[in-house]
Amino acid sequence: MAFEGLSERMQSIMRKLRGKGKVTEADVKEAMREVRLALLEADVNFRVVRDFVNRVKERVVGQEVMRSLTPGQQVIKVVNEELTQLMGGERSKLNQALRSPTVIMMVGLQGTGKTTSSGKLARYFQKQNRRTLLVAGDVYRPAAIRQLEVLGESLDTPVFSLGDQESPVVIARRGVEKAREEGFDYVIIDTAGRLHIDEEMMGELRKIREQVSPDEILLVVDAMTGQDAVNVAESFNQQLGLTGVVLTKLDGDTRGGAALSVKAVTDCPIKFVGTGEKTDALEPFFPDRMASRILGMGDVLTLIEKAQSAVDQEKARDLERKMRTLTFTFDDFLDQLQQVRKMGPLEDMLSMLPDVGQMKGLKNVQVDEKQLVRVEAIIRSMTPQEKSHPEILNASRRKRIARGSGTTVQDVNRLIKQFNDMKKMMKQFTQMAKGKKKKKRGGFRFPFMS
Amino acid sequence: MSFFQKLKESVQQKTETVTQKFMTGLSKTSHNFVSAISDLFSRTNRIDEDLYEELEEILIGADVGVKTTIDLVERLREEVKARKIKEPAELKSLLSEVISEILKRNEQEQHLRLNEDGLTVILFVGVNGVGKTTTIGKLAHRFKNEGKKVILAAGDTFRAGAIEQLETWGQRIGVDVIRHQAGSDPAAVIYDGIHAARSRKADILLCDTAGRLQNKVNLMEELKKVHRVVQRESPGAPHDVLLVLDATTGQNALVQARQFGQAVNVSGIVLTKLDGTAKGGMVIAINHELNLPVKLVGLGEKADDLQDFDSDQFLHALFRDMIEAEEGNS
Repeated sequence: MAFEGLSERMQSIMRKLRGKGKVTEADVKEAMREVRLALLEADVNFRVVRDFVNRVKERVVGQEVMRSLTPGQQVIKVVNEELTQLMGGERSKLNQALRSPTVIMMVGLQGTGKTTSSGKLARYFQKQNRRTLLVAGDVYRPAAIRQLEVLGESLDTPVFSLGDQESPVVIARRGVEKAREEGFDYVIIDTAGRLHIDEEMMGELRKIREQVSPDEILLVVDAMTGQDAVNVAESFNQQLGLTGVVLTKLDGDTRGGAALSVKAVTDCPIKFVGTGEKTDALEPFFPDRMASRILGMGDVLTLIEKAQSAVDQEKARDLERKMRTLTFTFDDFLDQLQQVRKMGPLEDMLSMLPDVGQMKGLKNVQVDEKQLVRVEAIIRSMTPQEKSHPEILNASRRKRIARGSGTTVQDVNRLIKQFNDMKKMMKQFTQMAKGKKKKKRGGFRFPFMS
Repeated sequence: MSFFQKLKESVQQKTETVTQKFMTGLSKTSHNFVSAISDLFSRTNRIDEDLYEELEEILIGADVGVKTTIDLVERLREEVKARKIKEPAELKSLLSEVISEILKRNEQEQHLRLNEDGLTVILFVGVNGVGKTTTIGKLAHRFKNEGKKVILAAGDTFRAGAIEQLETWGQRIGVDVIRHQAGSDPAAVIYDGIHAARSRKADILLCDTAGRLQNKVNLMEELKKVHRVVQRESPGAPHDVLLVLDATTGQNALVQARQFGQAVNVSGIVLTKLDGTAKGGMVIAINHELNLPVKLVGLGEKADDLQDFDSDQFLHALFRDMIEAEEGNS
């Protein structure tokens, strides 16, 4: 790829600064030029970039940095702080109606993902045991209603539709009435995509707003949007008064500068981000984490949270004890494997770790999930006795396991060897820990154990 | 004769309605872009670094992209030196001339590759939400009006409602749609499409595919398979692999073009939703950095708003305020 990612680019700038004992004004100027280019290449609007760079430069060139002991670190800190600030400071939540239902209106350009996001939001509420009514207000695009209906079916969520002959204003009003009568917690009104400069279509949105007085008007923005993001957001905001933004397709390799621009010009918080094709792939937006990710500090917080929700603490402690006493079995191995897999695809996890981008070999690594499935199959084909006493695995047992798991004897052998190596390593670690009193006990730990 | 005059004459020989479409579709872009440039060139009376820097910002603001912008301004500098230009006002037509050079680079590749004696297969690819299905609908409409027999293959079996969307288009314009169930193998749909097109003696088969982000390895592999199936089942096909890009997209468009290009050998670009505000700069960047021709542009919502790209029309529509102003002066 010709362009480096924003985070890679920032990292190389920051690496230059990091080692320095003293940062000169020329250094700062050079760094800021790189920051400027990196942000522009990431599609941050040029006006927003100008302001940002000036603000950072002021703070950096001012005494703040020069006097500090590690100026390089200080510059990184300022850039990070300003970036977080630009993206909205703290996480922002959805507005709630005093009396149910809470009415949410989805608006945006064509093809940004309004309908998909509506479905994802319904799923998000469903997980909190809230009932949602989806309202099919896109009567223009062929089969848009059908798309929402299919989504609704898959989520077991009702969809309100009056076909494509009724006006969206009427559909929205009747949908909200129905939700009120039937005691829904949320109503999500999907609207047709439209250009922000289309007077007539924007007028329609204003009419819907008057009719249903929504608690949230969410602008759905494609994370890949270029310089126009500013104009789009500004104009939707002026005409409708947005309350928030949903940033979609963030699972692509775009650098997502649109996020910065939109926030900067509308002052509307980004409330959710879409991170995948499945209906579960909608996450709350955390500005500080996004800033850290851009700066290449990794999204460690999200990773920790995922680990916490997936790893059973009790089991982890148990495992640690087993490792120390060297009674680690294939059962434990399998357990471990499943806990890791619960945290989501390994690739996702890798991308959240800091500096992985720099590790050669890891950069474009495609984690072979199939390999994990194979390992699981092998272990599951063992008898309980074999699992707890791997030493009894002789040739005929191995052959049986291979047949049972649909793998080859070589695969089974490889796994047993890996398992034994791991045990050996643990033994060394524990002995080391025993030998040297200074070292904390339980020398060997999995990275996700607390 | 100035470059502006040449442009005007070239455009005058073309169809009035097409010129009108380009002018309406690009009116907002033209207004923003040209007024910023006019303002810059009339405000300053010297050609210096500040002017170049501001020009860079205007170009980047129109999504021309950082690299292309820097190269473009570099070219401008060379020409200014070579032609000993002193007045900022002279930069107007020079700028459009330099842009024209880039746009003309892939001109001979610009037309759709139609197979005159047999079936033409066109494969449409792109990320989610760029307008692949809509483009297919509009293009089918156009071919149908030209008296060709068109068949559509509903290869987007993933997105909810995508098959129905294509079917609705099929009904509207009266062409057959080959479809399977939602969730089925897209390669199988395309396979059936090719065989149906052949047995029904169709002239053109337009193949829809599901939107996919270019960094999803598995989905890209699926697309490669579709491409292989087309190659195998119909020698010489696909005659065109068109990457559909949303004109609202920023720098990621280049990444998309590169990745899709590697996967399925993209032969041209369809740029949709060009009728916005700060758009169109991408056309320049794609020609400059990727050497891919832009074959079709979407200039509005109506079926006949999908037009063959024409660099003279494009530049004329973009710079028309300046062209008219120049005429008024002389």
